[in-house]
Amino acid sequence: MQRSKTDLWVGLFVLLGAVALVFLALQSANLLSINVEKGYRVVAKFDNIGGLKPRGAVRSAGVVVGRVEAIDFDDKSFQARVTLSLNPKYAFPKDSSLKILTSGLLGEQYVGIEAGADSANLAAGDVISTTQSAVVLENLISQFLYSKAADGKSK
Amino acid sequence: MKLRRVADLGFMVRTLLADMGYAARLFLRLLMSLGITLRRPSLLREQVHFMGNYSLAVIAVSGVFVGFVMGLQYYYGLQRFGAAESVGMLISLSLVREFGPVMTALLFTGRAGTSLTAEIGLMKAGEQLSAMEMMAVDPVQRILAPRFWGAVIAMPLLSAVFSAVGVLGGWVIGVKMLGIDSGAFWGQMQSGVDVWLDVGNGVIKSVVFGFAVSFIALLQGYRAQPTPEGVALATTRTVVMASLTVLSLDFVLTALMFSI
Repeated sequence: MQRSKTDLWVGLFVLLGAVALVFLALQSANLLSINVEKGYRVVAKFDNIGGLKPRGAVRSAGVVVGRVEAIDFDDKSFQARVTLSLNPKYAFPKDSSLKILTSGLLGEQYVGIEAGADSANLAAGDVISTTQSAVVLENLISQFLYSKAADGKSK
Repeated sequence: MKLRRVADLGFMVRTLLADMGYAARLFLRLLMSLGITLRRPSLLREQVHFMGNYSLAVIAVSGVFVGFVMGLQYYYGLQRFGAAESVGMLISLSLVREFGPVMTALLFTGRAGTSLTAEIGLMKAGEQLSAMEMMAVDPVQRILAPRFWGAVIAMPLLSAVFSAVGVLGGWVIGVKMLGIDSGAFWGQMQSGVDVWLDVGNGVIKSVVFGFAVSFIALLQGYRAQPTPEGVALATTRTVVMASLTVLSLDFVLTALMFSI
């Protein structure tokens, strides 16, 4: 009896270790994307998503209202196709616009929704095309430098 | 007088070399005893039970608290730059790459390594090992080998438990207490941690530490003076040597694995 009891405990220990390893592997390999929150899906097209990542937040007025579910590249329009899953508690007008924003100076990038004025609401499967790309710091700096250079020439 | 000093030095070098040779020979014998150990799984199982299951509580509790502390400290540092979401990635990286294997090895030295040394040292003091040799039973194969391989098996599992529990501890502090966005916490972690480069190398590290710690503990026990003082000294030496070996090996392994 004693032997089988030890067997059981050793088996439990090995199982626990294996579960821990699988947990570590899954949470880094992003295979553990079981969706607990159910939401309606909306697709948005962006010219440039910057550093947006799957599972990033979708915020409206700073409140988290959904998650980025998937990011794809559309080789017809050469734009990024971002699938958003929005919390069914909240409804947004059909002409709402999306922006990619950054929390803080170096923080995580997220999608901001700005509500429009349409009386119809967004429904599952809708495509939002009024979007504003992520601010790419390099572009900003180069624009700034070019405008500085142009200023210098005109004087 | 000068000649005497030179002779002393020579004696020291000879003793050191002989000790190293003995250690290398014992290590090889332990490595070669894998087949025999696997043919007697009941001995191995007993050792995994003793070293693995009984170390689980101290490993898990330490892991939770290390995760808590890292959550607080990384948050404090990162929220100045508005990058508090990266807490998850940093906690996971530092646990999987360094803290998991190293802390587990150090705790394991204290929890299981010392008892290995004391057990074998006392067996030697009680002349049980000599009695075995008289009966043509090899104590290296019968006593040392199952303990050696048991520790090598238990170490990576304990290290994985430590890291996993630590990540959960960091999540409790970061997400539940400090209010980092949960999706960003996991999302950043997933984009920053690689399965093979980070998790895989962490497992390799803990296996290497398993070899090192259990070998040092067994060597010290096997070479202990068969007196109460000798066993006490051997146990102390196990802790000191194993801790230093783990920390210096960790540096070497990190330099090999992660410096590009």
